[in-house]
Formats: sequence, structure tokens, C-alpha cells
Amino acid sequence: MNEIIKSLKVAVWFMFLTFPIMVIKVNTVYHIIEWRWMNMAMIGIGTFLISLLWRYLLERKDKKKPSDGVTLSARAQAYVQSRPLVKKGLGLAVLAALTVIPSFADAYQVNILTVALMYVVLGLGLNIVVGLAGLLDLGYVAFYAVGAYTYALLNHSFGLSFWIVLPLGGFFACIFGILLGFPVLRLRGDYLAIVTLGFGEIIRLVLENWSEFSHGPSGIAGIDRPNFFGLDLTLNQMNGAIYYMMIAFTIVTIFFVARLQNSRIGRAWLALREDDIACQAMGVGRTRTKLMAFALGATWAGLMGVVFAAKTSFINPASFTFLESAIILSIVVLGGMGSIPGVILGALIMILLPEYMRAFSQYRMLIFGGAMVVMMVFRPQGLVSNFRRKYSFHGMDERLGG
Amino acid sequence: MDYFLELFFGGLTRGSIYALIALGYTMVYGIVQLINFAHGEIYMIGAFTALIVASVLTFYGVNTVAILILASIVAVIYSSAYGFTVEKIAYKPLRNAPRLSPLISAIGMSIFLQNYVLLAQTSDFLPFPRLIPQFHFMEPVSHIFSSAELVIVVTTMVAMVLLTLFIKFTNLGKAMRATAQDKTMALLIGIDVDRVISATFIIGSSLAALGGVLIASHIGQINFYIGFIAGIKAFTAAVLGGIGSIPGAVLGALILGWTESFATGYVSSDYEDVFAFALLVLILIFRPAGLLGKAETKKV
Amino acid sequence: MKKLLLFAVMAAMFVFAGCSQKPKEEAKAEGETPAATEQPAAAEGGVIKIGVAGAHSGDLASYGIPSLKAAELVVKQVNEKGGLLGKKVELVPADDVCKPEVAVSSANKLVSEGVVAVLGHICSGATKAAMGTYLAAKIPVMSPSATSPDLTKSGEYPNFFRTIAPDDAQARLEIDFATDVLKVSKVAIIHDKGDYGKGLAEYAKQFAEADGKLQVVLFEGITPGAVDYSAIVQKIKQSGAEAVIYGGYHPEASKIITLIVKKKVPVKFISDDGVKDDTFIKVAGTFAEGVYATGPKDTSTNPLTIEATKLHKETYGEDPGAFYLNAYTAMLAITNAIEKAGSTDYDAVTNALRTEYVETPIGKIKFDEKGDAIGAGFSVYQVQNGVYVEIQ
Repeated sequence: MNEIIKSLKVAVWFMFLTFPIMVIKVNTVYHIIEWRWMNMAMIGIGTFLISLLWRYLLERKDKKKPSDGVTLSARAQAYVQSRPLVKKGLGLAVLAALTVIPSFADAYQVNILTVALMYVVLGLGLNIVVGLAGLLDLGYVAFYAVGAYTYALLNHSFGLSFWIVLPLGGFFACIFGILLGFPVLRLRGDYLAIVTLGFGEIIRLVLENWSEFSHGPSGIAGIDRPNFFGLDLTLNQMNGAIYYMMIAFTIVTIFFVARLQNSRIGRAWLALREDDIACQAMGVGRTRTKLMAFALGATWAGLMGVVFAAKTSFINPASFTFLESAIILSIVVLGGMGSIPGVILGALIMILLPEYMRAFSQYRMLIFGGAMVVMMVFRPQGLVSNFRRKYSFHGMDERLGG
Repeated sequence: MDYFLELFFGGLTRGSIYALIALGYTMVYGIVQLINFAHGEIYMIGAFTALIVASVLTFYGVNTVAILILASIVAVIYSSAYGFTVEKIAYKPLRNAPRLSPLISAIGMSIFLQNYVLLAQTSDFLPFPRLIPQFHFMEPVSHIFSSAELVIVVTTMVAMVLLTLFIKFTNLGKAMRATAQDKTMALLIGIDVDRVISATFIIGSSLAALGGVLIASHIGQINFYIGFIAGIKAFTAAVLGGIGSIPGAVLGALILGWTESFATGYVSSDYEDVFAFALLVLILIFRPAGLLGKAETKKV
Repeated sequence: MKKLLLFAVMAAMFVFAGCSQKPKEEAKAEGETPAATEQPAAAEGGVIKIGVAGAHSGDLASYGIPSLKAAELVVKQVNEKGGLLGKKVELVPADDVCKPEVAVSSANKLVSEGVVAVLGHICSGATKAAMGTYLAAKIPVMSPSATSPDLTKSGEYPNFFRTIAPDDAQARLEIDFATDVLKVSKVAIIHDKGDYGKGLAEYAKQFAEADGKLQVVLFEGITPGAVDYSAIVQKIKQSGAEAVIYGGYHPEASKIITLIVKKKVPVKFISDDGVKDDTFIKVAGTFAEGVYATGPKDTSTNPLTIEATKLHKETYGEDPGAFYLNAYTAMLAITNAIEKAGSTDYDAVTNALRTEYVETPIGKIKFDEKGDAIGAGFSVYQVQNGVYVEIQ
């Protein structure tokens, strides 16, 4: 009963809150004012129901806290994690499913999946920087742009082929990562975030303004698609080929990142993330370790940039905005920082959700934004929480009631 | 000389605009260590609310000064309400979550609010009535500085002074500083931390709304997307000045405004933003905590 | 279990968002689900699908939605008259938010849906990105608004057509107008760094330098969406330019012209068809007086234009938006070509587009070898007493 009254209050509050924007529609061009009282009623009823649900869910979430790890999903996760055979089987099943999809899905579906896989790789790359090393990077898309433009320009001017530029794109992005990394690694936390954001914007603006070099905002068209063993492929076959290439790419990346995580440098990153002073005291070189994370993350973005340019065959600076960085970051956080399956899941959700929501056209982005908030509120640690996290001292703040 | 002065005052106006938004960023960050990406959207909602109120009042033939005052008041009330609600929905449940989760939640909120206004109103640019009364200065001044610009600059300065006094001398202000320093300790000495955080969001949002009304009536048009760019710039300004510091935010904003203005005037507006961000990087390299930020020494 | 609940919340949110929006969106919503839901397909032999691609959401939606509406209105008429080749026409909308990478997905989607022609895309960048896909699938594409000269001039896209004149024609006209009619000798060329604005500005600069009569004293890009443009306005003043040629869209143009008037900078303002939009005058108000803008030739007396505008007003209760007439024209041209060709075969349809004249709101047109409409051109307009008046 109490809950209902509270929800009623919330409903009234929201009716007040949304009153000017939802009810009155003004058009100052034609001096028209339109009153839409129906909306107010809708808001009232809608918020009342949502508020009830919200309260119920939050309560459940709070209740569960003390005994973390007993939920069904957590148990399933633990089960999979503890049995390498099951884990492998699951991986193989997913792989098999992915492999057979093109044989019955149409070109559009394959294309979306290719994009989703690209974001899986991008997410895994950023995961090295954000998830493992704990460096908040809001300008990741800059390295993606470097890769894409490396291929576009080299292909455009010198006709270099995809396979030659692929490593070059990674290499250039890596150099940029180190160049950016050097001056800014002294910065902590959010200062680093804004500088990387600024760096991302600088790269985009330079690409936009320096027309002689980058062809400016009109972009570069007619970039060659990759050549597969000299075969002459139709567009559909080409899409399929790129799709399989992306599967291979994803597998290599997963393998690489998984090995990296358990390597010496991987553990150094984790240590650095938890406490960089203690870590330095233990003899881990801070600058070198952080640079390594930046450079490796950037390399992955560069590689994907090359693939992106080859796949769309057209690029312009508008593809490399801050929103793109934000989406890749969201993939990492949403999926669960530092967790590989989490990032994969995150990428699939962030890319496939808006894609399949096209039916709702106008409401697509509204739902997308809302879903991001809802997911974070109910699973702040991400969809798949990283197991290592268990050892960090989370309980402290709670016990003090902060 | 004239040219220099023109650019100088242009930069001052632009900086003051950034400052009004940056104050909200810096206050929120100081207390909850959160980059509130939805703050730019609060500013946009303030401008929209003012537009709606102004249109309705114009329809009923109220006079201009009354409209300016009423529209500002309503915009401030609504923006604070939005700021308060956004905090309750998107940030409060995440207070003990990993540090990046509220950030993502904030980005989501920003996308949500943009599209909410887009759907409920329109995607077109709407003309905003010029609410700030026009009065003319004497000749050498008038082509350099307009009344609207003067109002913006003065409002920012007054807001900064009031805010500083508020933080220094009132009980709530003291509670805010205590919370910013150590949330747990503040709680232990009996400060209602939740209330303090809500108050911070409300104050920050009202300043943003004020900024929204002033800028919209200076520029003369708004759409649902204006908050995003202004928000990023204001955030840059806040970091430049040392995030968490109130005079820092204003100083950072003014420096950013001048940099952009002079870069356009003497170099090229093609690279105006490049200059702004390059300056930020440079300053942070030499002062890693911003101009007026206190460098934290972390004890082990 | 938890995920199920999560899903429930999302579902609830959607329902909430959905119903709360419905009342006012009704008109739109009806339009959104085009012909498809209304008719259970034609009696015999299925439908002819035509794709409509462009920005239907996001910040450039106001440039894309009018085309969608135009397509719906034309298709409705065609279907009322019994359809094309005895089949009903069905529209397949695809939203590209004006982004190249999304445009490729949209193009793939349309191709896999089996469309026989595409109306779109709206933005030049998105169009360029998508063209490869359509070319490989042999689908003719007609854009109402992509003005990048490359699209037709490069000859790379034989399947591309447009019902709007390319940017270089506009830049040419602007420069000629500035030299011959306004008789100025110094111009400042400003652009918004965008594909359209910067492209146009670069052509203008090129023409001015080639002619040698006009000195370009300033060539700069501004940042769209910035809070203030007073610095660039001061710079224009400092440069001693007698006229400003602006390449870009109306939101920035109205901010700049307002400042130019307020700061009493004595320059004439010449812009493009991104500014030749009534919204510009409404937003800039009295500051817009005297502004010149190039735009498609005035066709408001053309009976088809009157009919198209009337139809829009009746159906949607408001005046049509940007590129509405161009899209209306494009849709008429496409349906006409399919009718004349007697099939939906690529070669037959493109041939018909190039050979058969069709009566449209922008005049009697057909397309040249490269895909530009013969008969579509630009003229110069000036804002006089709050309306655009054709002066050349």
C-alpha cells in the first residue's frame, strides 16, 4: 500500500515535470501553441506503473546484495567458469552458429553481424585500456580513424592492397597511441578522460579541415574492398567473405586478449588499476605499463579502422565522432569491465539492439538511451561481472553506509 | 586595437556562457566525482522550457520584461526539477557501483533526454524571442559590446560571487564542502549526504537553466541538440580550471572563451576547437590538476 | 530470472513511451507504416517495392522526413489509379541518419528486401557510401537532395540520378551574381566544414580565382553548433570584404547574419539553397532582410507544384519541408520510368529515365547521361519584406 502511494506521488511528480515539454507544443515559426492534455494522462499512468516495477526491482536488487553470487546467472557463470570443458563447448557452439548463419540469413543480417563483430573487437581493444589498465579513454575513436584513413589514403594514392595496409594501419595507430600516451599518462582518472576526448576531437577536426591531406569532409570514396585469394566476388559474396574474416579476427583477438590477461603485463595492469602507488612500490614501471596498454588498445582500433574502410568503401570524418567513442566505452562497461564474454555480449546488445529496433524508428534512440540507464542501474557491474573483482574490497564503503 | 577589444569582449561573452554551465559540472564533480554528461541536456531543457513559457505568455500579451523574468523563473524551477530527478533515477542507485557505471548511465540519460525533447517537440531549430531588452551604448562601445552580452557577463559574475559566498558561509554550503572532502565522515557527523547531493544537482541545474535562457535569447534560436556541444565545452572549461573548484571553473571558461575567440581572430576558425583542446592538454601537462585544482597527494 | 525482469522493465518503458507519444504522432505514425499495412497486396502478382532512404531520425531528420512524405503521397496516388504494371507499389523506408556507415547497412537492407529502385539518400556522404551496394545490385537510385558534384561528374555511378542541381552550378551562380550584379570586388567565403557547405565554398573559391575579378579575402570554416560566432563576424569586418558567401545550412547562417547586422558590418550576404528555406527567415526575422540565396528555380506557379503542396497540407496539416518537391519529382520520375519501360528491369528503367520526359513540379524533365536532371536549375532569391523573391 505504501508503495502504491509512493508510486502515485512519483506519477504526480512526473506529470508536473513533463508538463511544459510534453503537453505544450510550440512552434515559434508559425506562432502555434498546441495543448496535448492526453499526453499528461499517459505520462501519469505510465510513470505510475513503471515506478511500481522500478521499486520492486530495486528492492530485489538491494536485498540480494549481502549474498552476492547466489543468483541464477551468477551461478551459471560460475559453473561455466569453473569447467573449462563446458566453456570450450559453449564457445564452439557459438562459433558453429555464427558460421552457418550466412547460409540462411540474407545480406542485410550478415552485414549487421559483421558490424557487431567489428565492435566486439573494438570493445576488446578498449577493454585492454579501460577494463584491464583502468585508464578512462574517451577518445578511442581517434585510433579507429587513424587506421581507417591509413588504408583509405594509401589505397587511394598508391593503390596499396588491404592485406599490406592492415598491419600498417595497426602500426600507425599504435604510434599515435604512444604519442598521445607519453604526455598524458601522468594525469589521473577523469583528467585523462577529458584529454583523450580532446585528442579524439583534434584528430577529427584535422581530418575535416586539412582537405589537401584527407579530402576534408567530403571523404574518400571508392576504397578497394579486400582481395580474397584473387577471387572475383560479387557484392554478396564479398560481404560473406568479410564476415568470415571478421569471425577469424574476433577469435584471434579473444585468444590474444585472454592470453594477455593472464600474462605478466596483464597482471601488472590489474595491479596498476587497483592501486598505482602500491604497484610502483612493487617494482612495476608505471609509465611503461600504461603506455603498453595504450599502444595495444590503439593497435586494435587501427586494425578495425582498416577493416571498416575496406568494408564501407567510403569514409569521412563524420564517422568518427565522440558518440562513437561513447558507444564503444558503453560496450565495455555494459558488458562488464575486464571480462571477455561480457564485452562480447555488450557489443552484441549495443549494436544489434538499435539495429533491430529500427521498426520503432523514431523511438529507437530514446529506448536506447533509456535502456543504457536501466541496465546500469540494475547491473552496475556489467552483464558479466569479472571474477577477479571478488577480491577487491567493495564491502568497506557499504558497511560504513556511504 | 578595436579589433583586439572586439575579440576580447567576444571571448568574454563566450567564456561567461561556458562558465554558467561549467559551474554545474564542477559542483557535481566535486561532490560525487561524476562527469555528469546529462548536464548539457539540463541546459537545453532550461532553454526549451523558457521558450515554451515565453510563447504562451506572448500569446496572452504579457510585456517583455515580465516574460523574461517569468520565463527565467519557470526555466530554473523546471531545470532543477529535472536535475533532481535525473540524479534520483540514474545516479543515486549507482552510488556504490564501480566508478564508470554512473558515467555510462549519464551518457544514456543524455541520449534519452535529447530524444525526449526531439520527439515531444521538434527536430527543427526554433526561433527564440529576444527577451533581453536592447539599449544602446555610446558609439565607441556599442559596436563592441551589446546589451545582451553585458547581461550575460554580469549574470555570470554575480552567480559566481553568490555561489562562492553560499559555499563559504551557509550551513548547506559547509555541508557540501564536507561531503566533497569525505562522504563517509560527513555522514558520521550527521550530515544528510543524500540531501546535500540533491541540493548540489538543483543548484547546478538552475545555473545551467539561467545560462540556457540567456544564451538562447542572445543567439535567437534553439533545438534539442544545443546542450551537447555546449556541455562538452563547459566540461573542458571545468577541467581546465581544476574540476571541483568554483573560481577555477569560471577562470577555465574565460580562458577557453578567449582562446577560441583569439584563435579565430588571429589564426583561423578552422582550427578553433583544436586550439581549445591543445591548450587543455598543455595546461594539464604542466598542472595535472588544472589551474586552480589542488593536486591530491595520495597517501599509501 | 533477473534478465526476465529487466526485459519486463524495458518492455514497460517501451509501452509507456509508445502510448504516451501516440496521440500527437498519429498523423506521422500512419504515414510511417506506409502502403504496406493498408493494402493486403494487389489481387494478382505481388508488389513493386521502392526503397526510401534518408535520415528519418536524428538531428538531420528534418531533411529526410519530407522526402518520405512525398514518396507516400505519390505512391498513394499511383496505387489509387491501379498501381504500376498492374501491381501495387509498396514503399520500404530505410533510415540512414545521414551517416555513411549506417547508409551501407540501409542499402544492404533495401537490396535484400528486393526493391527495384531507391529514392534517396538525402546526404551526399551517405549517398556515396551506399552507391557501391546499389551499383552491384543494379538498382537505380534517385536522390532529391545529394548535391555533391562527384556523384554525377565522376561517372562512377551510372545508376545515380538526382532531381536537384549539383553544387558547382550553384557556386558558379553565386560568383557570377556577386561579380556581375552586386559588382563587389572582395568576398569572404565562409563555410560550415560540412560536406555540402565546404564543397560549395571550395567551388566558389575556385571559380572566383579562375575569373580573377573577385578577390577572396577570407576563406574559413566555422564550427556548427558553437555558442557564439562574434569572433568570425569581427574577422569578416576586419578583412574588408564587401560580400560574404556562405556555404552551409540555415541554423548557422541565421546566427551569423544576426550578428552581422547587430555589429553593423557593411557586407552583403549570399548563400545557398541550404539557407533558401523559409525557416531561415522565420528564425532570423528582420535580420534576414536583404539576404541573397540561390535555390532551385521558382516553380510555385507550376500546377503540379500547387497540387503537391495542397496534397501535403491536406494530408499532414502543414506546409511541406525541405526537398519535398524534389522528392515528389523523383518519385514521379521513377514511377513514370517503370511505367514507360514496361518492366522493372535495370537497363529498361535507366534508359527510360534518360529518354522519356516527365511532367513534374520542377518542370518537364529527363536525365542526362551522367544522371543530372535536364531542366532543373538555380536562380537567385532575395529576402524582401519577409519572403524570398526571385530576382534573376
